[in-house]
Amino acid sequence: MRRLVVSILLLLLMAARMPAFAQQAAPPAAAADSVVATALADLGSGDYDRIRHGVSALAFSGDDRALAIIEALDAGTLYVRADHKLFLKSPSGAILDAATGKAAPDVMASGLHEVRVNNPVRSAMDAALGSLRLLSPDAATRTKAAEAVFHSHDPRALPTLEKAIARETNAAARRRETQARAAVVLFIPATPLPARLAAIATLRARGDLDARSLLDSLHNQPPEAAAAAHTAVAAIDRSLALWGVVQSIYFGISLGSVLLLAAAGLAITFGVMGVINMAHGEMVMIGAYTTFLVQQAIRAHWPDLFGASLIIAIPAAFLVSGAVGVVIERTLIRFLYGRPLETLLATWGLSLILQQGVRTMFGPTNQDVGTPAWMRGSIDVGGLSLTLNRLYIIVFAIAVLFALMAALRYTALGLRMRAVTQNRRMAAAMGIRTPWIDALTFGLGSGVAGIAGVALSQIDNVSPNLGQNYIIDSFMVVVFGGVGNLWGTAVAALTLGVVNKFLEPVAGAVLGKIVVLVLLILFIQRRPRGMFPLKGRAAEA
Amino acid sequence: MASEETSLTRRTLGGLGAAALTVAAIGATKAAIAPTPAQAAPASGDTIKVGILHSLSGTMAISETTLKDVMLMLIEEQNKKGGLLGKKLEAVVVDPASNWPLFAEKARQLLAVDKVAAVFGCWTSVSRKSVLPVFEELNGILFYPVQYEGQECSRNIFYTGAAPNQQAIPAVDYLMKEEKVERWVLAGTDYVYPRTTNQILLAYLQSKGVKPADIMINYTPFGQSDWQSIVASIKKFGSAGKKTAVVSTINGDANVPFYKELGNAGIKATDIPVVAFSVGEEELAGMDTKPLLGHLAAWNYFESIDTPENKEFIATWHKFIKNDKRTTNDPMEAHYIGFNMWVKAVEKAGTTDPNAVIDAAIGVAVPNLSGGYSALMPNHHITKPVLIGEIQDNGQFNIVSQTPGLVVAEEWSPYVADTKYLIGDWRKPMSCGAFNVKTGKCGAGGGKKA
Repeated sequence: MRRLVVSILLLLLMAARMPAFAQQAAPPAAAADSVVATALADLGSGDYDRIRHGVSALAFSGDDRALAIIEALDAGTLYVRADHKLFLKSPSGAILDAATGKAAPDVMASGLHEVRVNNPVRSAMDAALGSLRLLSPDAATRTKAAEAVFHSHDPRALPTLEKAIARETNAAARRRETQARAAVVLFIPATPLPARLAAIATLRARGDLDARSLLDSLHNQPPEAAAAAHTAVAAIDRSLALWGVVQSIYFGISLGSVLLLAAAGLAITFGVMGVINMAHGEMVMIGAYTTFLVQQAIRAHWPDLFGASLIIAIPAAFLVSGAVGVVIERTLIRFLYGRPLETLLATWGLSLILQQGVRTMFGPTNQDVGTPAWMRGSIDVGGLSLTLNRLYIIVFAIAVLFALMAALRYTALGLRMRAVTQNRRMAAAMGIRTPWIDALTFGLGSGVAGIAGVALSQIDNVSPNLGQNYIIDSFMVVVFGGVGNLWGTAVAALTLGVVNKFLEPVAGAVLGKIVVLVLLILFIQRRPRGMFPLKGRAAEA
Repeated sequence: MASEETSLTRRTLGGLGAAALTVAAIGATKAAIAPTPAQAAPASGDTIKVGILHSLSGTMAISETTLKDVMLMLIEEQNKKGGLLGKKLEAVVVDPASNWPLFAEKARQLLAVDKVAAVFGCWTSVSRKSVLPVFEELNGILFYPVQYEGQECSRNIFYTGAAPNQQAIPAVDYLMKEEKVERWVLAGTDYVYPRTTNQILLAYLQSKGVKPADIMINYTPFGQSDWQSIVASIKKFGSAGKKTAVVSTINGDANVPFYKELGNAGIKATDIPVVAFSVGEEELAGMDTKPLLGHLAAWNYFESIDTPENKEFIATWHKFIKNDKRTTNDPMEAHYIGFNMWVKAVEKAGTTDPNAVIDAAIGVAVPNLSGGYSALMPNHHITKPVLIGEIQDNGQFNIVSQTPGLVVAEEWSPYVADTKYLIGDWRKPMSCGAFNVKTGKCGAGGGKKA
């Protein structure tokens, strides 16, 4: 109720000030033409400072051409000719004269240069497009426009903003528009104190980093308003500190899910089979390169399927890495069972060979694995900003964990695997072909590593070194969790992730890592078999 | 046959796990020790050997392999022109495998066994620090092509990359003037180059009146891949009502996940611009640059420079590497300049004898790719233009600022108390890498603080 009264009061106050702005917003026609002409000359000047002024002047000239020209500049389709005349390319590809809006069929595209922009120009453009799109028929566009005005808080946008709020029907857009108005009025020297206090209250209610930043940047305010802004900043800081803890937990879970993915395959090859596989990281790397190849093929042949490329890459990566794993087991590792040190050295050598092989085939530079549109960006939940790709990776890691557990528990292959690892001779006596099961188990672990590569291609470099970055962490997770226990691996990954993310802001990334390692060594000293050691008959296989 | 009976118990496995951990840790630091045999040809009198000391495997291979290729191209081009002093040039390629001690070993092999006339190589400062004593002991010549932190001036090294005043300081000036930045995040990988550069930048920013509360310094390990909390803290630091920028000395592999996280967190260049000193066309090649539009880099060369020299260089490179998509970058230009300077110095001296070449090299000027002439100064650094570029959505840079003339390198930073009064001048009679103008005494020039 109180907020409503304040808003009405604010509206009335603004309405009283309207005439002054109205005059500014609609200059006489002749003057407007000369403003536009100067602005266009600025845009064609090639000087960033002048382009910035030109954008700003054009946006607030009230001229109909403004939106089309600035949108063209934003899209990189505004061109300048050697004589500083401006042209723009319409979506249909026709070249138009920017000053008249008419087609210019005799202008050759080769004589035109794109108008370049820099960051200050880009900021001016954002502000200009914001104020020009405030009255757009689309509510999402209006919401975005209001955000842009919020950031630029240009007083000249106020009349349009008032108009937009007056006819707004969408609640979300109205909220953003009201916040934008609050931001703008704080930067108008003539705003009376009650309106200022109301605006500060609106920003305090918004409560995010942008609002905090704006409140912190206020200068030359009347003492009461300055005090209110100060209190508001402190209040926002308090609530953000609480959200910060939640955020650290989320970051920790996210890091944990990446560790879990990287370690899940190792939990099979090392945990279940007892093979110290130093080439595990390279299986992950092969999975990532498979993703790259799948995307290349899709880009070349079925571009419409690009959104699904990662989904298609998952089985592909599993099969490729799994097949490589089976080959490695059959040709190398089966000769080394029961000789862990030799296995360690042989697989380490193998990892170098695989790395250099990939480097020779694909080159040493990073490969570009694209992110489908549905994995881009972030969503806001309360004071949290959750990035979508991380969110999907968390979900994916959980899915992989459960699929793996189900495979071990409910499939015939899983049953045989457990039988062979628990009592090899008895299993053989029952008619299980143990060498075959060994190969398949190793293939399964490698295939899961390949799947991890699909996920990692979204957050890390796809380069020959990809695997190296994860091998130490993977061993750490498996040993910490308890060898041979998938649940242990999951809990260990999450614990390490969360501890790491809480230490990082306090101790810094470098010291944080060292502290985690020291803690882990101490833990292993006390409990050499990890958090969840296998008990009973399975433990003495 | 798989063994029918394994004597391995779970208990020994736990112990082995710890052993595996240790070995994994060692493995990471000593990655890929396997040396590639040098393409050593029998020593013969009718060729001049040129050593190429760049990592072809391990973490730095991503950046250094290209430099090896560009050197092979330059040598091939020179041989087409008839070689040098009537002899053909012969490349001797070794692979120090991103392993810093191995750099010193390979450098010794190049100088003592292969008897090369000059070496072109190294990327990270730690590798340069590792080979420096070898070059000084055996009196070799090293051309070092990468921008670095300064604070060094050896008689045996020619620094063709930028010193801090040819890259970092102009970039900070640009942000202060054009983008009105008042708050600074200095983010870097934890090793000698970022630490020294940030020490210089800190002193410089404070001399410009920036308060300590407006500076945040953050270091991360090599290969950092999870940037969530650091990016979140940068975002938070940037919400104090003042324009904030990030000065990034993050090196190597860690850049891709860092920029991906920036893009995902929605930090646009118009909110918090990031200016990087180690990110070029090569590093951007494996990335979708649309979310990075407008973030900056400061270099002395960009592929997008519009000069005939650069067009020719790019065309030659594409022809040599047989791939039109391969980019060119700043350290490649540095090798181009360095190699041509060495050729000129050898021609001037009439011999490849290191002492004669070192003396002849000072004052040599060759064309750079941005349309001017770079000169080798008495401090063994070269003059360079400073360019600031903004990342475009096609992975190239739009040059938004260029110094009007060439900038002379300050090998010792005037902003750091210890090195304020030092200068390097290898002309006779001074011949000193760290001459203290206040005391009139000569200290050591090889990286040690006098």
